[in-house]
Amino acid sequence: MTTAAEPVAVRHALRFEGVTAYYGANKVITNVDMAVPEHEVTAIIGPSGAGKSTLLRCVNRMNDLIPAFRMDGKIWFGDYDLYAPGSDPTQIRYQIGMVFQRPNPFSKSIYDNVAFGPRINGFNGRLDDIVEESLRAAALWEEVKDRLKESGLTLSGGQQQRLCIARALAVQPSVILMDEPCSALDPIATLAIEELMQELKKRYTIVIVTHNMQQAGRVSDKTALLMPDEHRVAHLVEFDETSRMFTNPTDERTEAYITGRIG
Amino acid sequence: MLRSEFDRNLDLLQSDLSEMGRMVEETTRQALHALQERDPDMARQVIQNDDAIDNLQDELESKCVGLIATQQPAARDLRTLMSIVHVGVELERMGDYAEGIAKICLRMYQEPLLKPLIDIPRMADLALNMLNDSLQAFAERDEWQARQVCDNDDAVDDLYDQIYHELLVYMLQDPRTIQRATYLLWVAHDLERIADRATNIAERCIWLVSGHTASNRARNSDRSLR
Repeated sequence: MTTAAEPVAVRHALRFEGVTAYYGANKVITNVDMAVPEHEVTAIIGPSGAGKSTLLRCVNRMNDLIPAFRMDGKIWFGDYDLYAPGSDPTQIRYQIGMVFQRPNPFSKSIYDNVAFGPRINGFNGRLDDIVEESLRAAALWEEVKDRLKESGLTLSGGQQQRLCIARALAVQPSVILMDEPCSALDPIATLAIEELMQELKKRYTIVIVTHNMQQAGRVSDKTALLMPDEHRVAHLVEFDETSRMFTNPTDERTEAYITGRIG
Repeated sequence: MLRSEFDRNLDLLQSDLSEMGRMVEETTRQALHALQERDPDMARQVIQNDDAIDNLQDELESKCVGLIATQQPAARDLRTLMSIVHVGVELERMGDYAEGIAKICLRMYQEPLLKPLIDIPRMADLALNMLNDSLQAFAERDEWQARQVCDNDDAVDDLYDQIYHELLVYMLQDPRTIQRATYLLWVAHDLERIADRATNIAERCIWLVSGHTASNRARNSDRSLR
């Protein structure tokens, strides 16, 4: 039996305001407005080259590393303007962690992979506790607790990706960005990560870029569709509840993309 | 465990179905009670309550469509979702039959009953037992119990035939009873349909468990037009 939802003010972990991105003279994303609710999974989908990863990397300022990159508009992290003059990308990345397409553990022990962030961050609590807690949160503890001194590279692909998630969690972020985190994994390892995301969203806010539309359907609460126009400039076509996007989208381009008729 | 969130959603849908079944049973009993006691207020209440059942079915269906669209269910998961939609439709129609009985009550409560109601309440008990058993079989994926429900439909059909012939005799003997007898015949027909819909739920359970449609489908055809 369902009960009527109580009206609760939705808090947003991230707000995009007129975000426009350029590589050199080329505009690649235009005017994205979108608010990412706390403790939800928000998926960004769209065809290849639609600017999904570029948009995601704007959030933790990974694009700053690309000399020709420029961004207009604002991204708010709570009340904090991520692009305010003087804001420190390194500090931002502690708050807004990232997991990449291919698992990229350091060539260090499992323990040291997870302890890496807290150590350089000057963490002065019990390192063992934070390693265990992070590995538990990443649903990896039971599989590795007896082999913490072994290299992270000895793990399977799916385990390595969960190790990278544990590594991201160890610096206690509030937002986790995932850039196609399952594209290098088999279906079972993929389901394990998807299941983990449902646990993680209770404590963190998750934004995932995926080229796998079905995965967006399975894991996300909200879905954003980015599509390039005829000048290859990406627009936010639609942003809504995932169940609505997949059953009754408003924009006909969403309908066509979701049903596999374009893209 | 993989897909625990999806499994949790399936469990929630199952409880929605049970709740709908409980409402259908209650509303059918109220409709019968209104008819027997010639209580128009209760009949109006039944008619009003049907909206709640309809709303529940709408919600159930959109939840199922949402899960099918987003979760790519396959094999038994897909059969489960398709079955839940199907059972929801059956329950919603049963609610309509209860409402139909309440509407008949509103047409005839000012006149005395043609005869004390004996077989019609018996029919209602049988039909509602079938409803409960079919939903229990469905919830527990119990194919054996589902087949029992299909078999029990014969008893309801036999009672319906009996009531039909009995009322026919009333009408032949005294044409002034035609209107009241016809109303009672409609009530019996509504109950016969409720039992048929319970059989459909049981057959859906058999399909869900085995992947095969129930072979006794033909036998379960609508006998109300004989």
